Amino acid sequence: MDLTQGTQEEKNNRAKKMMLWFGIVSLIMSFAGWTSAFVVSSSRPDWLKDFQLPNAFVISTVVIIISSITFILAKSALKKGNRLLTTLWLVATFVLGTIFIFNQFSGFQQILDLGYNFTGPTSNVTMSYIYLIAVVHILHVVVGLICLLVVIYNHFKQKYNATKMLGFELAATFWHFIDILWVYLFLFLYFIR
Amino acid sequence: MSAHADTHAHEDDHGHHHKETFVTKYIFSQDHKMIAKQYLITGTIMGVIGVLMSMMFRMQIAWPEEPNVLFEALLGKWAPDGVMDADIYLALVTIHGTIMVFFVLTAGLSGTFSNLLIPLQIGARDMASGFLNMISYWLFFLSSVIMVLSLFVEAGPAAAGWTIYPPLSALPLAQGGSGMGMTLWLVSMAIFIASSLLGSLNYIVTVINLRTKGMSMTRLPLTIWAFFITAIIGVISFPVLLSAALLLIMDRSFGTSFFLSDIFIQGEVLHYQGGSPVLFEHLFWFLGHPEVYIVLLPALGITSEIIATNSRKPIFGYRAMVASILAIAFLSTIVWGHHMFISGMNPFLGSVFTFTTLLIAIPSAVKAFNYITTLWKGNLQMNPAMLFSIGLVSTFITGGLTGIILGDSALDINVHDTYFVVAHFHLVMGISALYGMFAGIYHWFPRMFGRMLNKNLGYIHFWVTAVCAYGVFFPMHFIGMAGLPRRYYTNSNFPLFDDLANVNVIITIFALVGGVFQLVFLWNFFYSIFYGKKSVENPWKSNTLEWTASLKHIHGNWPGEIPHVHRWAYDYSKPGHEEDYVPQHIPLKDGEEELQH
Repeated sequence: MDLTQGTQEEKNNRAKKMMLWFGIVSLIMSFAGWTSAFVVSSSRPDWLKDFQLPNAFVISTVVIIISSITFILAKSALKKGNRLLTTLWLVATFVLGTIFIFNQFSGFQQILDLGYNFTGPTSNVTMSYIYLIAVVHILHVVVGLICLLVVIYNHFKQKYNATKMLGFELAATFWHFIDILWVYLFLFLYFIR
Repeated sequence: MSAHADTHAHEDDHGHHHKETFVTKYIFSQDHKMIAKQYLITGTIMGVIGVLMSMMFRMQIAWPEEPNVLFEALLGKWAPDGVMDADIYLALVTIHGTIMVFFVLTAGLSGTFSNLLIPLQIGARDMASGFLNMISYWLFFLSSVIMVLSLFVEAGPAAAGWTIYPPLSALPLAQGGSGMGMTLWLVSMAIFIASSLLGSLNYIVTVINLRTKGMSMTRLPLTIWAFFITAIIGVISFPVLLSAALLLIMDRSFGTSFFLSDIFIQGEVLHYQGGSPVLFEHLFWFLGHPEVYIVLLPALGITSEIIATNSRKPIFGYRAMVASILAIAFLSTIVWGHHMFISGMNPFLGSVFTFTTLLIAIPSAVKAFNYITTLWKGNLQMNPAMLFSIGLVSTFITGGLTGIILGDSALDINVHDTYFVVAHFHLVMGISALYGMFAGIYHWFPRMFGRMLNKNLGYIHFWVTAVCAYGVFFPMHFIGMAGLPRRYYTNSNFPLFDDLANVNVIITIFALVGGVFQLVFLWNFFYSIFYGKKSVENPWKSNTLEWTASLKHIHGNWPGEIPHVHRWAYDYSKPGHEEDYVPQHIPLKDGEEELQH
């Protein structure tokens, strides 16, 4: 493919999409930093090897996967020109995203109830890692929710249609990324001891 | 037809910018040329601060604990009776390193020339996102301001070395600079990383997507290849520093034990247990080593361009140059362990890092060889930019040779943390990158400001700098091999080093002279912006596209259609042409073949 061809607008749209992808690469690298620090630290004597992740994390994993599916449904509804259905699926995605964050916090509470602490003198390093990784992920979900609000607002203003949906697509890509990222982190935290 | 479409698109894109106010043109500008100048001037100011610091701590090393008027004037309470305090010495070393590595040679160098040259040399109207580009500069500005403000913290700025190893960086009570000074350092660097990432994302996608018709990747000037790969290394490695910094902040402020273990402070046992500072070293150097190439590669790219232009010869081995940039970039991510040979790592792992490190010698040698072969029998135009480029080749080789010694774990252990290391990295990355930056400024100053720098002042600047740089760093190899440790406030308590005191005086004199003569450059630079000789369209008779664009500051770079590209950037002295250069936008003549490069 010869990328020097095309109109200015095509080139710019392509560039913006690609910018998000490279941005995702950099986010992946920061999580790679934390997860590899996690792996290295797992040889410490004070590491908790027999710890079970709280049930709330399982529920939130299911929730965030469903939220990705609703986003896909919103996109296909937009492509078909069904405005009402698009709105419905977008709002559903937003609600599911909020439920996800709520669930993560109840997961933290479940860990605290077991008697572990994330920070402070009584903290355990395994829990500190789980907390840090999950909280930083939540921050990304918050960014995703803000993007989603912008998309919903623009959708009400009728700015998107089947041929013009760059902002919509960027938000969708980012949302799927934070979904896949959490699934990866969940599996990582579940299997790596 | 396409011309019409292009012009039309241009009007659509930029029509609303035609009424520029002072604020949108000079302050919150989204134009890549203005942002480049902003980066350059901010970087230069930071450079003055960084160099001034090095002159001060060099004076302390040469004349330890002697009163000095300069200290009294500049350091205030940190120099009681004009004698430099030991704590501020460490802080000066720390902030000098931080400023020079990140603020001058990363943002000042990449920020300036990537911004200026990427759109101009690939034939684009601007960066992919002018808005993010503007944000990137202002985040850099903000981080610079915070870093400078940290110098005025009551307990002193960060003093844990630019590598901020814990525990000095992780325990707010560890030393004066570990408190507020360290906090501001971390805040400043976090903002800096965000700025650098936004900049890099822009550079990458602009190079991939916004090239003009005919500008295939194999016709890109080597400058662009270098900036492109540098940006990719930045996107991959800077986030890991952010990960490390966040873990560090958790340890500092929230009592976790990622990097800390059984430790006392002021006689009191702290609660930390089980952590390891070596983990921080791993995370830090995963950025730290690629950072060396983030600093160096743009300088090498600039040198490639300037040496070819001023030798009036095609660059030797274009593809080998590109391949060696790629190889260096790849290898840079798997060698970080060579900074940690004495951290107690497994000797086998050490030998793996030795192997990967020594592999870097191959692409580096390819580059040095190609520079020299390009110069060979060229019609050399010895202008200041060319002199600095040749200077870079010289320091790159000198510093590279000691890299072979330091990369080998068995040899490194003997000179680790001595002045030998200081000499090595200052030559191979500090001075080389600085020369690349100077070369770039002398070469592209007309492109930036429409005026020429004074040539004779340029010659004075180069020769004094070149002599002083070697005068400073060459003797450091010997005192390093003699065992003199780096970062020591004074060596007067060690009779072992008494013989080396004179060498330190000589080094300091060279440093002071070299530092003061940078004023020649600064004067030349700021005077010429306003009163320099007016430049002609293409003063160096160069092939690349930036010289076809209007020298006047216009948004969108080319008043009409963007020129199309028909050849590579290095058709110098090509047989069959009247002039000894053929710019990239000149179509091939009938029967003319494009050089196989």
